[in-house]
Parts: sequence; structure tokens; C-alpha cells
Amino acid sequence: MTDATLAAPSSVPTGQGSPKGPGPVLSLRGAELTLGDRRLWSGLDLDLFPGEFVAVLGSNGSGKTSLLRAILGEYGLSAGTGEFLGHPFHRGDPRIGYVPQHHLSDAGVMMRGRDLVALGLTGHRWGPGWPSPRRRARVDALLAEVGALAYADAPVGLLSGGEQQRLRIAQALAADPQLMLCDEPLASLDLRAQAEVVGLIDAQRRRRGFGVLFVTHDVNPVLEVVDRVLYLGNGRFRIGPPDEVMRSEVLSDLYGAPVEVIRAGGRIVVVGAPEQPHHPVPRRA
Amino acid sequence: MDGIWGQLFNFSDYGQLFALLHNSVIAGGVLGLVGGMVAVFVMQRDLAFAVHGTSELSFAGGAAGLLFGIGVVPGALAGSLVAAALIGIFGARASRRNSVIGVMMPFGLGLGVLFLSLYPGRSGNKFGLLTGQIVAVDDPRLTVLAVICAIVAIGMLVVWRPLLFASLDPEVAAARGVPTRFLSFVFMMLLGLTVAVSVQIVGSLLVLSILVTPAAAAMRLTHSPNRAVLWSMLFATVSMVGGILLAMGATVPISPYVTTISFTFYLMATGIGALRARRAAWQQSVVQATPGLG
Repeated sequence: MTDATLAAPSSVPTGQGSPKGPGPVLSLRGAELTLGDRRLWSGLDLDLFPGEFVAVLGSNGSGKTSLLRAILGEYGLSAGTGEFLGHPFHRGDPRIGYVPQHHLSDAGVMMRGRDLVALGLTGHRWGPGWPSPRRRARVDALLAEVGALAYADAPVGLLSGGEQQRLRIAQALAADPQLMLCDEPLASLDLRAQAEVVGLIDAQRRRRGFGVLFVTHDVNPVLEVVDRVLYLGNGRFRIGPPDEVMRSEVLSDLYGAPVEVIRAGGRIVVVGAPEQPHHPVPRRA
Repeated sequence: MDGIWGQLFNFSDYGQLFALLHNSVIAGGVLGLVGGMVAVFVMQRDLAFAVHGTSELSFAGGAAGLLFGIGVVPGALAGSLVAAALIGIFGARASRRNSVIGVMMPFGLGLGVLFLSLYPGRSGNKFGLLTGQIVAVDDPRLTVLAVICAIVAIGMLVVWRPLLFASLDPEVAAARGVPTRFLSFVFMMLLGLTVAVSVQIVGSLLVLSILVTPAAAAMRLTHSPNRAVLWSMLFATVSMVGGILLAMGATVPISPYVTTISFTFYLMATGIGALRARRAAWQQSVVQATPGLG
């Protein structure tokens, strides 16, 4: 840790018992994010350890995606500190993998699956990148790892949502990340594809040991694999194992309004969580 | 009938004409190579309308250059670079970009018409900026055009991969730290340079036949971005050189020849693409109908 952490108020307790080997890949202390005149969340403390799977939940406009963008260095924190592998958040760290919602409508027909993965491998480098057998082999290996070899030469835009997300994961794995940021990767996928994508990310984080921050509006698809949930709402947050956070009294306390958490048939449904006032999402810089 | 044919195709004294106009052929070939390369990124970034808008301002610049004696090349360059910069700065988002271009384009065209009507010189020159011409490209001018094309080609090679990333997958590219805004501006500048050269050869109204059609045809043949560039360069170069060679003996401007060849490539590529899609769908149905293969 650098002196930036020492400057933070020391009264803040550490998120989890840190003396369990390696330090956190991601560490936020008293972090606050303000966009325009709206404070999305403040006082956020979070340690994400290698191999840990944390789901980020909360209603629309609670700042889930903005948290990812702050970690990517696209938004600056308005207070507190945020560090990735001991360095303040900054743009373009290759050790962070990023999986967005799948939507490649027009551009999707102008490249093949293997082109998408190759972009994750060397797309950020200058120069034309002449064809190389070594790079091709790396791309093939990544495609095989996510089970996407069969459709690697088809245009991305013609693939199903689940197939596109497999390619997205291969693209993010290309840089051998220490942290995987997933921004609603399950949106508009059918249940089977959701389960496949979650299973793939879960298997890879166990195999490769990267931490996962997984933004989702529904906890159920990740309930089996998630270690902790970070619930954002009302400018505040709750963090802990799903059984501790996904409870009526905890969320009612968070929102300061009655919220009911219903468990039925192994599923969790949150009823009555107030929507945040909508804010215009600023375009990324 | 014979008269029209004679005006369109006339190959008498072809050797002498070629000797006189071979600089134009070289200029066209170089432009084809560079234009075909740029065109693929124009398609990926959905900038066809921006190309059209830039070319009209380039036309206005060229006309101003003619009227004020600065020269067509510097005028056209200035016009298209100003347009490209405006689009690059104010048009980061597609909806906004289209309105910027839609406002700018008629204004540029109007200015160009004004400058041309005030120009006292020969009317053939005037028309050329709009519809293309193969007036003898003298050596100094060929050098300027070739140097501009070389700058574009080198610039494109330098930004190639990040530009491809930012064009095809902007969200992940930004997350990986690719400077998407900067690249967008750089590409608009390179595009502006290419347009300025194109305007002087195929004319401002038909720049799209070099900066869109070849890439559109290429994308019917392949889904690989890099292979699309090679096809597009081939189509653009053959259209340009072939168009100029056919136009040499004719009394009509060069643009109809270029656009016709370019369009023919597009039709052929579309036909081949459709055939392939049908064959793929047929094979798919066979696979699905055969148990144990799906």
C-alpha cells in the first residue's frame, strides 16, 4: 500500500480479514463518486481479494456501472482513495479485463469472433500488427478456453448473445487480467445462456485466480457462485455474503424505507427498492 | 448513336494521349490504394455522410483557391481539413455529427458555387472540381498528391490497431485505455487529406465512389477487417486506374467511368456474398437435419 491509504481516516475497518495471504487486488477507502451535482455513493470501503467473486447490486441509477468506470480510471473519485494492485486507479491498466453488455449490432458484421479476441490481445498497441502465427495460436488457445472455436470465423453480429459473451470473456482473458470487471454481462440473455456465462467466469476465476466484480440487476443467476454482494442504494452501501445482505431489515435500513426481500424456490426477489432519480450518464472521455 | 459512343469511348491517338496523361494514371493509382484503405474505416465508423460533407467543403476551398489565385490544391486541402476538424470536434456522437454535416454541407456547396461563378477563367476547369477531370497533372502537382497520400498511408499504419479497436469495439477499447477521442480526431484529419486528393481527381460529388463503394463491396466478400482492406484497395485502385484509362479519349468527365467500375465491383461482390450465404444456410440445414452432427 502506498501513502495514499495512510492519508485516509484510519477508523475505517478493513473489509475482510486481510492476513489470509496475498493482499487485495482492489481496494477502496472512503470512496465517493459525484457525477454532476449528484452524489452516487460515498464512504465506500471495499477490498476485493484474488479469486473472489463479488456481485454489485442496486437499483437503476445507484452507480453500479459508474463504480466500474471509476476503477477503469474513466471517472475520478470525488473523495477517498481507490487502488488497483497498490496503484491509484488509472486508465488503460492491461491487468483489468472488461466484459460489457453484449451489443455489437453494426460493427458486429464487420469482424469475426477471432478478430474480437485479437483486439483484446494486441488492439491497444500502435502499428499495423502484421499477421503472426504466434498471435494466431494465442487467439486459438483463448477461443478454445471459452469453447468458442466452432464459431470463431463467423461474423460476431450473427452470433447469439451467449456466444458473443463467450467471445467477450476470451477477449478479456487475453490480457491475463488480475481483475475482471463485468458490466451487466447477462442483460438480454436467456436463462441457459446466463448460466453458461456465469459458469464460465466462475471456472476461469478459480483457474486463473483473478478477482471478479460483477454488476447485475438480478442476484439470482450468480447466487451459487458469489462470495459477497455489494449492494448500492440511497448513496450508501451494504457488503457481505448474500445471506447477510439480502434481507428485508438490512435493505430497509439501507434505503430508510420499507423494502421486502422474498425468498422462494431458491430465488431472491427484492420488492419495493426505490429507484434512484435518473441522471444523464455522461459519455466517457 | 455513333456520336455518343465516340464521345464516350475514343481510342484513336491513345499512345499520345497516354504519354500526355500518364501522371493522372499514377495519381489515380496512388489515390486508389490509399482511398481503398481509408474506406474500410469510413464504413466501420459510419462516416459516409462525413465524407460527403467534407468533400463539399473541400470543393469550396478548391474553388476559392482558383478564384484567389492560391491554387486548387492548397484551397481544397484547407477546405477539407477545416471540415474534418469541425466534424471531429463537434461530431463525436453520430446524431450530432449528422446535423453538423447537414448544416455545413450546403453552406460549403453554396460558397463553392459563388467562387466558381466569380472566377473568370475557363468553365471546363470550374466543372472539374465537381465532377472530376484529367487535366494534365503536372509533375509538381503529382508530387504533392503523392506526398499527401504517403502521409495518409503512414499515418494509417501507425494508428492501425488502436483505430480498429476504437472503431469496432469502442466501449472495450476505452476501458483498455485506447485514446478513442484522439484517434477519432486523427482519423478525421487523415480522411480530410484523402478527400482533398480525391476531389481533384474524381470531383467532390463522387468522392464516395472511392471512399465508400470499394469498402462496401469488400465487406460483402469477407468479414475479416484486414482482408476487407486488401479487397477494398484492389477495387478502388482498379476503379481509379481503369476509369482514367477509359476516360482518356472521351470528352466527358472521368467520374462516370470510375463510378461505373466501382459500382460493378459492388454488384459482383453482393452477388458472390449472397451465393455464399445461401450455400452456408443450405449446409447448416443439412447439418441440423442429420442426427448427431448438430
